[in-house]
Amino acid sequence: MRRIIVCIKQVPETDKIGIKQEKGTLIRENIENIMNPYDKNALEEALIIKDKFDAEVIVITMGPPQAVDVLKEAISMGADEGVLINDEAFSGSDTLATSKVLAAAINKIADYSIIFCGQKAIDGGTAQVGPQIAELLNLPQVTNVKDIKIKGNKLEIVKATEDGAYLLETETPILLTTTTEINNPRSPTMMGINKAYGENGNKRISILSGKDLNINPKEVGLEGSPTNIYDFCMSKKSKTSEMIEGNKAKEKASILINKLSELNYI
Amino acid sequence: MKKSKVDIKEYSDVWVIGELIDGNISPVTLQLINVGKKLANKLNKNTIVVIVGYGEKDRVTKLLNYGVDKVLYIEHKILRNFNVMGYTEAIYKLIEERKPEIVLFGATSMARDIAPRLAAKLDTGLTSDCIKLDIDERDGKLLRTKQGLGGNLITTTICPRNRPQMSTLIPNIYRPANYNEKIFGQVEIINPEILCEDYKVKFIKKIPLEDKKVNLADAKIIVSGGRGLGEPSGFKLIRQLADTLGGIVGASRAAVEAGWIDSRHQVGKTGTIVRPDLYIACGISGAFQHQSGIYDSKCIIAINKDPYAPIFKICDFGIVGDLYEVIPALIEEINKKQQRYFDNFP
Ligand SMILES: Cc1cc2nc3c(=O)[nH]c(=O)nc-3n(C[C@H](O)[C@H](O)[C@H](O)COP(=O)(O)OP(=O)(O)OC[C@H]3O[C@@H](n4cnc5c(N)ncnc54)[C@H](O)[C@@H]3O)c2cc1C
Ligand SMILES: Cc1cc2nc3c(=O)[nH]c(=O)nc-3n(C[C@H](O)[C@H](O)[C@H](O)COP(=O)(O)OP(=O)(O)OC[C@H]3O[C@@H](n4cnc5c(N)ncnc54)[C@H](O)[C@@H]3O)c2cc1C
Repeated sequence: MRRIIVCIKQVPETDKIGIKQEKGTLIRENIENIMNPYDKNALEEALIIKDKFDAEVIVITMGPPQAVDVLKEAISMGADEGVLINDEAFSGSDTLATSKVLAAAINKIADYSIIFCGQKAIDGGTAQVGPQIAELLNLPQVTNVKDIKIKGNKLEIVKATEDGAYLLETETPILLTTTTEINNPRSPTMMGINKAYGENGNKRISILSGKDLNINPKEVGLEGSPTNIYDFCMSKKSKTSEMIEGNKAKEKASILINKLSELNYI
Repeated sequence: MKKSKVDIKEYSDVWVIGELIDGNISPVTLQLINVGKKLANKLNKNTIVVIVGYGEKDRVTKLLNYGVDKVLYIEHKILRNFNVMGYTEAIYKLIEERKPEIVLFGATSMARDIAPRLAAKLDTGLTSDCIKLDIDERDGKLLRTKQGLGGNLITTTICPRNRPQMSTLIPNIYRPANYNEKIFGQVEIINPEILCEDYKVKFIKKIPLEDKKVNLADAKIIVSGGRGLGEPSGFKLIRQLADTLGGIVGASRAAVEAGWIDSRHQVGKTGTIVRPDLYIACGISGAFQHQSGIYDSKCIIAINKDPYAPIFKICDFGIVGDLYEVIPALIEEINKKQQRYFDNFP
């Protein structure tokens, strides 16, 4: 295991997210941004391998300048370096355009053994980016990984599916996406915080633009994305909740069970 | 891999990528055929089912009984078991050759692995996990509707310039296509040239689900416990209610983080998104991240001692009270009902 690359997305937290009317892209201003929670499992797995095999862990993110925050957070948890991929031209990218940019950056970083992605992002949440990066790099992939054992230059992987798990054997280089079952992500350490936010913190971060990656701006962003948002609406269910009234728990329970039985739920 | 301008007029027909499970046609394939036929009718095009596999011709032929115009059966030894690279390449080659306008998958493990790769290889758009598919009557484009942002948003996407238009559909939303004795289509067998095998990912064995009870995504009845249980042993009571109803146990993240229950039980935005008939939330406040995982439940019941808990705003029935009193009372009432049912049995 030489080098492990972890793809991390910065995502908006809270339910205040909206969509820009004219363009159909997300409004992200004035909303607190966090590291995609699923990506913490991907990072943790990379760090576990780093601890055992002394691999180098590089975290990458495509996003606006403030996305550097998730790179710093990852470094404070134990990653070695961060790469921010930022260009005006990337905004409004669908999964394919996003994957093209990330694949180009991964190609530039080169020499990797494993690329990790999270299971999905909590905002877009398509779970398409991992497999699309793998396709563009012509790499094999295993998605929804819930256990990894490294045996020499072979990996033993347990993949979760709807009807049970699969034990697979693979080699590197490979792209893996993790589940939340795989591990419990660690917290930042004091040493890590120093590394990330201390005097030399910025030296661990590099920034790549579309030009650095030789990306044709017409192939990315809103214009280069095959998928466009056509329409959207908020899906607040306007439910009328019925509160069960009664004197004692027993009475309420009896009323509820009768209602559920009338409605054929039980 | 960017193609020079795509001529969208060259593309026609609606393809359904079917799946066989242990040799049988999977339920979602029949649901997709139903949807595919509706779309194809609106466009005045054919509905074609594509199956990838080996040695299944008889089973594949049965698909003709569901009113499809044609079955394309891609058959090769390498494709006997599912492998990501081989399946992707086999379907990719056929799409490049035949140029379907629309390609649909079920939102299954298989599709999650190959649909995104196919879209990247074809340089086209994909919308996964749709809850509705339709045709825009003005220009014949596929409208792909799904939930976004953890259930807060319903989004419809289009793929205006690239072809095919691809989508995966969540199972059990549409009805299956009807069975018909009369058939009019035919099966065409495609024998692809040697494909790249996924030689780097070797299948060793299948590990059956250790605990079937944690298949939250498909559960019909879920009883969940939260921090309001106060202590880990509270889940004994939750399990008792779940067992009484034949349901399975869920949990809020707070309960998981407290270490009271395994994270596989977590419901919500970062746990499992569930869609049971009956969801019973006990001692759960109803944080946005929990709510967004349960919106699609047919009936939500909340038990909480705080009358102002947000969960009461999204439930169908609410009981204000101590869960340690309400749950035992519920179990007793259910047992009584079931007893009565058996008593009335002749
Ligand atoms: C409501 C909504 C609906 C959308 N529908 C579609 C659609 O149908 N089709 C479509 O193609 N696009 C769609 N998009 C756009 C899509 O969300 C963006 O392209 C997004 O940049 C990447 O996809 P994702 O969030 O779905 O990530 P996922 O594919 O869910 O992310 C999986 C993993 O990929 C990695 N990753 C993803 N993005 C980045 C990044 N920027 N930097 C580093 N790593 C990353 C992370 O490891 C992450 O865990 C939609 C967006 C929204 C908001
Ligand atoms: C990025 C992110 C992702 C998250 N993802 C998820 C997720 O996927 N799923 C999830 O659930 N949460 C998630 N959370 C956490 C979420 O924000 C809440 O913190 C969590 O859901 C609260 O759990 P709870 O309702 O059990 O606890 P609390 O909010 O503490 O609620 C406990 C409730 O129990 C009631 N209660 C107490 N005692 C009793 C009693 N004896 N009888 C009856 N009622 C009683 C109280 O009135 C209270 O309403 C996420 C948070 C973040 C930041």
